[in-house]
Amino acid sequence: MSSLAVRKAAPAAGTTPGTAQGPPLRRRIAFVPTLTLLLGALYCLLPVAWVLIAATKSGRELFSTFTFLPGSGFTQNVKDLNAYRDGIYWKWMGNSALYAGLGALLSTAVSALSGYALAIYRFRGRETVFGVLMAGVLMPPVILAIPQYLLLAKADLTDSYASVLLPLVLSPYGVYLARIYSSAAVPGDVVEAGRMDGASEWRIFTRIALPMMVPGLVTVFLFQFVAVWNNFLLPYIMLSDDEKFPITLGLFTLLEQGSNTPALYTLVITGALLAIVPLIALFLVIQRFWSLDLLSGAVKS
Amino acid sequence: MPNTKLRRLVATSIAVTLGGTALAACGSSDDKSSSESGPASLTYWSWAPGMDKVADLWNKGPGKQQKITVTVKKQASGDTLVTKILTAHKAKKAPDLVQAEYQALPTLVSNDALADIADESKDAKSKFADGVWQQTTLGSDSVYAIPQDIGPMMFYYRQDLFKKYGLTVPTTWEQFAETARALKKKAPDKDLTTFSANDSGLFAGLAQQAGAKWWTASGDKWKVGIDDAATQKVADFWGGLVKEGAIDNQPMYTPSWNKALNTGKQIAWVSAVWAPGTLTTAAPDTKGKWAMAPLPQWDGSTDVTGSWGGSSTAVTTDSKHKAAAAKFATWLNTDPQAVAALAKEGGIYPAATTAQTSDAFSQPPAFFSNQADFYPKAAEIAKTTAPSAWGPNVNVAYTTFNDAFGAAAKDKSDFGAALKKMQDATVADLKKQGFGVAQ
Repeated sequence: MSSLAVRKAAPAAGTTPGTAQGPPLRRRIAFVPTLTLLLGALYCLLPVAWVLIAATKSGRELFSTFTFLPGSGFTQNVKDLNAYRDGIYWKWMGNSALYAGLGALLSTAVSALSGYALAIYRFRGRETVFGVLMAGVLMPPVILAIPQYLLLAKADLTDSYASVLLPLVLSPYGVYLARIYSSAAVPGDVVEAGRMDGASEWRIFTRIALPMMVPGLVTVFLFQFVAVWNNFLLPYIMLSDDEKFPITLGLFTLLEQGSNTPALYTLVITGALLAIVPLIALFLVIQRFWSLDLLSGAVKS
Repeated sequence: MPNTKLRRLVATSIAVTLGGTALAACGSSDDKSSSESGPASLTYWSWAPGMDKVADLWNKGPGKQQKITVTVKKQASGDTLVTKILTAHKAKKAPDLVQAEYQALPTLVSNDALADIADESKDAKSKFADGVWQQTTLGSDSVYAIPQDIGPMMFYYRQDLFKKYGLTVPTTWEQFAETARALKKKAPDKDLTTFSANDSGLFAGLAQQAGAKWWTASGDKWKVGIDDAATQKVADFWGGLVKEGAIDNQPMYTPSWNKALNTGKQIAWVSAVWAPGTLTTAAPDTKGKWAMAPLPQWDGSTDVTGSWGGSSTAVTTDSKHKAAAAKFATWLNTDPQAVAALAKEGGIYPAATTAQTSDAFSQPPAFFSNQADFYPKAAEIAKTTAPSAWGPNVNVAYTTFNDAFGAAAKDKSDFGAALKKMQDATVADLKKQGFGVAQ
């Protein structure tokens, strides 16, 4: 109501667009979006701040001191986490890195190939294939986990690294992104020119198209990496050996230890904090590839 | 699917007349090694901390002689694990042994996931209280699991604050209500305890104490009695206390609940034998200030308690070495050395009666160092556990409990209506799953 009143009042007051009324009006309009953005930022950052501060608290301080008062137990928490079942946390971290790194890499490769093919080649059924893929984008991966488990069980692959990696390789969303990106970034003229010069299709793809697609593929890689890093249900269903667990599952076992054993909150919080460090590092390192698209291009239009 | 379940149920409920052997035959007809054990390599899904160390004792001792090796794969506990076991069972890939809470057994049995180990566990029966053992047979001659730990319910209170406010430890629920009101009068900002709508297990235990039988099998049909008179009595009692503001209505196991216990805002807790472990982390500043007493009674002349928590070790139908697996399950939960290790490594309260008074339980828990007779008293209380009656869709009843009672506790509205909702949802789900339901 109040913002509506402000809007109505503003033009009435400024019947002549004078400079005197200009600046306060502009400031007033910018105030609402800024506040909204600030609220949004607060909403996103508050939980992070909570984890950051809670990780510094010892078990004794965790629930008894003020929420945003830093505690004194961070090093001890990390030490405890290190010691928990002979450092199995780091094994989980390594597993997560393997699933997310290798999984994202494989899925980016598949996405690049199929996205490029769908964008550049015209063949019968192309739109059908793409339509099916779009349906795949809409399908939440969660509901596929159990059918995937039953399939992999037939192949005797459950409870192995492959059981988590294989279902990740084909990512409909990745293929979709790669197709959109390559149809925008790889001009048909360039592919045509390559053919005229006698390059094979494979050479055109690897030497000409792929470099042009890098920024798009980086996006696909990051998306997949984050998705796999945070994935829970698929590894939960597939894996029974906790030596193969990714970090999400490992932390879950620390929380759910049965009714007679209290959850290891301090370990879980410290573990969760350490688990987001690689994600932040990855974003910082890979960010620079996003600006590449301004430089890469071969056709003047 | 529904047909299999129905058949299994029929088999379960009429097994009394048929005898357990018929079931054993159909459960393990496909493997010839079931009569003899070893050499066998078994996998075991368990959530108890340190279970791998207990299994090592077996692998180095009796397991070595019998050539039976057990590998523990640690899991997260809870309903999600039941789903995981059933999914694995669908692919015929369930592990040989699983840890399962008592209320999950009917679900697992009705999905044909658990093997009947009646023949292998004959000697084990005498080691457990009847009320505990009965949970693993589902009232038939079959045996689907060996009890591991139990959670007899007790009343925990702040000894110092009870003295300060001149309160006496209630022995009946009526006195409990009076105590809550008396405290409110003396210290309006304090609460005796809270009714948590997050913990269906607690409510189930309280109803069990009052004599409720939520699921009973009669003939080939299930009878659901969630809104029976006993449960209604319990629901009305707690709903009334919440409504008049005599106790708090905040859920348990939240940071603010921890704080309330730690600062003495809440001065009592209706819980189970494992409470010392929870209090150690939830209320670290109150060490040595608590004491344990039997649960208040409905009827002053009886001694009966409910249970909250507890689990068992079961052998799956997918196991290729059922006899070997049953041997391990029996050893794990009855051998003095094994049970002592379970108590030490996993912090469990054993189901085996002799273990409850063994050396491992001669000292009170550190948090209750002021109450020297903690464990002897606990063993006495455990003997009075009322029989429980679980059905094949406890998870549905529990989920509805959280929703319906959560809303009712928050609005301080009628708990009876919430109970009716729970009953209806449970019956509807049973029918949907293809079970026969007696009205």
